[in-house]
Amino acid sequence: MASERHGMVEKRGAGLWLSHVIMILGVLVVFFPIWLAFVASTVTQPEIVKPPMPLWPGDQFIENYTKALFSGVNVPVGTMLVNSLVMAIGIAVGKIIISLLSAFAIVYFRFPGKTFFFWMIFLTLMLPVEVRIVPTYEVVAGFGMLNSYSGLIFPLIASATATFLFRQFFLTIPDELAEAARVDGASPMRFFWDIVVPMSRTNVAALFVILFIYGWNQYLWPLLITTDPEMNTIVMGIKQMFPSGDDVAEWPVIMATSILAMIPPVIVVVGMQRLFIRGLVDSEK
Amino acid sequence: MEKRVTFRGWLLPLLLIAPQVVISLVFFFYPAGQAIWQSLFIPDPFGLSSQYVGIGNFEYLFGDRFYLAAFGTTAVFSILVTLCSMIPALFLAVVADRLIKGSGVYRTLLIWPYAVAPAVAGVLWLFMFNTRVGVISWYLGTLGYDWNHVLNGGEAMGLVVVASAWGRISYNFLFFFAALQAVPRSVIEAAAIDGARFWRRFWTIVLPLLSPTTFFLLVVNIVYSFFETFGVIHTITAGGPQQSTTILVYKVFSDGFVGQDLGSSSAQSVVLLFVVGALTIIQFKFIEKRVHY
Repeated sequence: MASERHGMVEKRGAGLWLSHVIMILGVLVVFFPIWLAFVASTVTQPEIVKPPMPLWPGDQFIENYTKALFSGVNVPVGTMLVNSLVMAIGIAVGKIIISLLSAFAIVYFRFPGKTFFFWMIFLTLMLPVEVRIVPTYEVVAGFGMLNSYSGLIFPLIASATATFLFRQFFLTIPDELAEAARVDGASPMRFFWDIVVPMSRTNVAALFVILFIYGWNQYLWPLLITTDPEMNTIVMGIKQMFPSGDDVAEWPVIMATSILAMIPPVIVVVGMQRLFIRGLVDSEK
Repeated sequence: MEKRVTFRGWLLPLLLIAPQVVISLVFFFYPAGQAIWQSLFIPDPFGLSSQYVGIGNFEYLFGDRFYLAAFGTTAVFSILVTLCSMIPALFLAVVADRLIKGSGVYRTLLIWPYAVAPAVAGVLWLFMFNTRVGVISWYLGTLGYDWNHVLNGGEAMGLVVVASAWGRISYNFLFFFAALQAVPRSVIEAAAIDGARFWRRFWTIVLPLLSPTTFFLLVVNIVYSFFETFGVIHTITAGGPQQSTTILVYKVFSDGFVGQDLGSSSAQSVVLLFVVGALTIIQFKFIEKRVHY
């Protein structure tokens, strides 16, 4: 009787198999675009331009990836990978540092203009790059930061989300710790380095995962400010590989580049899944 | 909320908050101010001088057939992207939730597309539906359907919607799955003992319990389709054919950078500013109130 009751909730037998079949089908459908890109990156150009292309990998893996990485179309994909890496890490580390500092100031001090600054940071939530592209472009051009890493990183570095996240977390740190630090005559910065930063480790790691992906996947901003192919990031560089006229695109190289463009973020997301999910929930809610 | 224990001094906190404030001023507030300011002027074609027109740019904008069409396109696009990413995600999450073992493996596989940049997703889908080499368009051809998103606006819209929704399925799946796992087993079992079948339990108990997550995801997905799908549209259709996939954000870009119409582009930025403002307020209202059944 008990097992029957259990069976009403947790399906067994046929129902369970059906669930697995549905999940496998779901995964296959969701994966198909990635699989097809991988197949295309391992075959020759003639195999693709005479449809239908094969659905099973060919033997051109090494040729296509070597060609993409070391010569590419406009610029070697290796260069674009380095640019993307610098940009993504720069944005993630930069955001984390300035947010840790400003959240510490907001939570642990009373100072003139605190409420004003707090609201100012809050308002930046409402100003994504996309709504202020032309003037922001002019500012960056005015500083001579076009085609530079600083131009790629700084305009995207201020983040209210990260600041609020740290503020929220700092508020949960027991007051006794700050009290003890003060009684011991420790300076605020010492308290920051010895207590606050080590306690925030998990939050920092979770946020890093989210921000790395955010930085890596940027498209519009690098498209505007990197006119020099040497400074292209991989995500925006793929589109530049398509010929403008009637020429046929070099599909195997383009698809190899697409696969290369998704490897770093996929490694980060899948490899640090627990931190990633935590970061996702923390930064959105 | 305030800390009871704080440190003394005012110079140090100002120094600590300075980097963020300076960056916000230089790259957020000054450009936003510029956008508002420029939206009141029409520059001459050589950029040497500009003429004050007050709300002229806005009047022009809301009388412009193409701009109003972009509003409609954005609405259709964001509703379709939200539905196409939330419904399959909810379905997969419900099925995964019924599994006793193995749901972790499926989750690991299903989160992959989230890591794929919208612009790269655009390239992948463009490749499958390419009119010359695309596998799916070729098979559709053998079935007698002539796929051509380069000429057909409806097909173009369908393609950018699917390419944009694809990566979001992962995201929505994660949130739905977490919410489903949090539904108390006792409630489900009680309903089962009372004889409620699976789908009845789903509609009357599970779905209402999911409403906070659902509303949260609705808002987040709409914000995503408004602002983060630029890459998809730029790689697949570039707003065409005949502007049938030109959403508001794409139009700011194409008028400002391609068309060099700075007055109109700035006015569009200001309109978007209000849209983002409204969406942010809605988002916060939902999070504060925690929509319940």
